[in-house]
Amino acid sequence: MKYKSRLSLDLCFKYIFKATGLMVLALLGGILAMLVYNSFSFFLDVKPLDFITGMEWNPTANNPKYGMLPLILSTTLVTFGAMLIAIPLGIGTAAYIADYASPRVKNILKPTIEMLAAIPSVVIGFLGIVVVSPGIANMADLSNGLNALNGAILLAVMALPTIITVAEDAIHAVPKTYKEASYGVGATKWQTLRKVVIPAAAPGIIAAVMLGVGRAIGETMTVLMATGNASIIPSGFFDSVKTMTATIAIEMGEVPYQTTHYYALYALATVLFLMTLIANMLGEYFINRFRKYHAV
Amino acid sequence: MKSKLSAENLSISFGTKQVLKQINVSFQENEITALIGPSGCGKSTLLRSFNRMHDLSPDAKIEGAIKLEDLDLYSKAVPVTEIRKRIGMVFQKANPFPKSIYDNIAYGLRINNLPHDKSVIEKALREAFLWEEVKNDLKMPATRLSGGQQQRLCIARAVALRPEVILMDEPCSALDPVSTLKIEELISHLKTNYTIVIVTHNMQQAQRIADKTVFMYLGEVKEEGPTQQIFQNPHHEMTANYINGQFG
Repeated sequence: MKYKSRLSLDLCFKYIFKATGLMVLALLGGILAMLVYNSFSFFLDVKPLDFITGMEWNPTANNPKYGMLPLILSTTLVTFGAMLIAIPLGIGTAAYIADYASPRVKNILKPTIEMLAAIPSVVIGFLGIVVVSPGIANMADLSNGLNALNGAILLAVMALPTIITVAEDAIHAVPKTYKEASYGVGATKWQTLRKVVIPAAAPGIIAAVMLGVGRAIGETMTVLMATGNASIIPSGFFDSVKTMTATIAIEMGEVPYQTTHYYALYALATVLFLMTLIANMLGEYFINRFRKYHAV
Repeated sequence: MKSKLSAENLSISFGTKQVLKQINVSFQENEITALIGPSGCGKSTLLRSFNRMHDLSPDAKIEGAIKLEDLDLYSKAVPVTEIRKRIGMVFQKANPFPKSIYDNIAYGLRINNLPHDKSVIEKALREAFLWEEVKNDLKMPATRLSGGQQQRLCIARAVALRPEVILMDEPCSALDPVSTLKIEELISHLKTNYTIVIVTHNMQQAQRIADKTVFMYLGEVKEEGPTQQIFQNPHHEMTANYINGQFG
């Protein structure tokens, strides 16, 4: 090809890639704008304070109630429970794979864990209904096990592959010289792992946890199937809960177009968006805090 | 003078590759011994066997004995952490922990349940000629120090545990001449309290600091003796060729 045409092709691709890059930005901006715009329509009808602090979510009642506190608490409770289970399991597994497992075990374990991520969320929800929930009901002597604990267990299973894979990469990436330095002053394997390797891998581990939190907050189908969907303020893990995602998914299909209820779901989505945003920003903050020890 | 650290008929192989062949060598107390020889001759492997760093490589096979005075380092009854406390190590590339200067030294003391108050840290830093430079920045991340300072911090970290032997694996190879001289001065100073074994590629360095020199080639000890004799009157032709820069 002639030099000139090669040059113009180069230029052409520069603009194509620039366009794709900008499109992602535009998409994000567009989604945010749409959420915020429709939320404003909602707040013309309902006071923001009532929305945030309202104790009751009952949009179809004669006197509709748009309090999202039960939904936020539900989402928080289920996510928190899921992380309580998934973080120790995930980091433990990651540490085992990265530092203890023989190459053979590693070669079996890693693909198996990645396959866990391939199970569709509806299947996990299904297992929750037929396996986990009856189990919980039996053990805790409840009439049914469709509650926050059930959701938390299932979400933990779903968040595990992400947490393990990312955390394992982070632990594996800790320079061998750090470990040698630690062993060199007489540390045991556990001391080295706990005091040197995990702190050094902390940015990656926090990123892993944040990805897990994001997954758990945003997950819809599983919690919709497994948590009982009762929009009341939960008082513990054995209560049925209705998460924000499940609320939007259930009600969006039924709600009349451009009513207060319709806009309310947008407001809910905006809050959900802010929650994940905060989770990500917190993650970034911690990553930077630990990164300063890694300079050069 | 008595032998502090010694290897008897030591052979080490990784998988099918034999790296050390029937090594017999001993190091005297309060002396600096330099291990020299071309790359791949096994000096680092030998050095690392003294504090059982090969425990980390599953395919390492070790035969023969290594003794710290009369203690067999590879006997099952001896905990490896105890050995590494008594035989410290400074690595080729300065490897401070990604922690503060203070914690870099306190770490080894803490895990060995030794006192780690500020006076102990200060003493170690003074011994490594680093105190004056960092005394106001003990909370600073150690990675912000210069390369030479980092290496002196690693020496302070080793010294803090009051080991009997300090192993050094080309501690100056990544440093500029000024930092190198500082560390050499430090090493010479340390021998009053410690037995030091240093691997080096730098012939001048060996002559400047070492009391004894061991020349290794292809996994064997070819010649050992007082540094002056090795460099001025080597008995072995290969030693002469190596120190004169004809190979290696």
